[in-house]
Amino acid sequence: MKRHDMNMNRRKWLSGMLALGSAALLPLRVLADTKTAFKATSADAALQELFGDMPMEESAAITFKVPDIAENGAVVPVSVATDIDGVQSITIMVDENPNPLSASFNISPDAVADISTRVKMGKSSTVRALVRTADKIYFTSKEVKVTIGGCGG
Amino acid sequence: MAAEVKIRGRLSNGVAQIKSLMPHPMETGTQRDPDGNLIPAHYIETVTCYRNDKEVLTANWGASVSKDPYFAFQVKNCAPGDVIRITWVDNKGESSSGELVLK
Repeated sequence: MKRHDMNMNRRKWLSGMLALGSAALLPLRVLADTKTAFKATSADAALQELFGDMPMEESAAITFKVPDIAENGAVVPVSVATDIDGVQSITIMVDENPNPLSASFNISPDAVADISTRVKMGKSSTVRALVRTADKIYFTSKEVKVTIGGCGG
Repeated sequence: MAAEVKIRGRLSNGVAQIKSLMPHPMETGTQRDPDGNLIPAHYIETVTCYRNDKEVLTANWGASVSKDPYFAFQVKNCAPGDVIRITWVDNKGESSSGELVLK
């Protein structure tokens, strides 16, 4: 093998290992952040844990479906969809819950930024949907009125 | 042994529309039993969705996701015969999964 080829191989191997290393580190870091964020007792604290100082912008490009009035706070259907490019995650937050952060979904390029689930609400609250891209957080929010609470009621 | 994840799905134009149900108590840790004792927190913390063993979506949940969680999502670039698998792990380390072969 020529000297030149060897150098090329070494370089390829090195950059491959570097890519592997950073790919392996990323999910761990994200997981650590969300663990503390789920324990946060205010929406602001949870947002800080999740997104730090990333810029935030209200967006009409998020389709956020929650009922105006939830008759049963134990089961409140929530849907979030968006056609914003490069979505990395979708987060659902219920401001007035003891732990506002409810759920966070990491969207790979093979998944559509469109999820539905059901959450508990202790009382009437602002509910937020946050969409994370590489450089910005887009969000929208709605007021949901709860007639029967779902947390220890 | 935790109950299996129930999955239904429909394939249209290469996109799989998946709906799933995960039987689980999702206890917040603030509820009391009839004798007044606190019921310990017991809830699903992570959900991972795969297409043919490739991770396509993960979810981190708190205890405020409703009991017996419902979770719907969509996966791109799917073909008939592809396998969608969902697994979860809860805060006690218990886990379960379910599979669906797309038609």
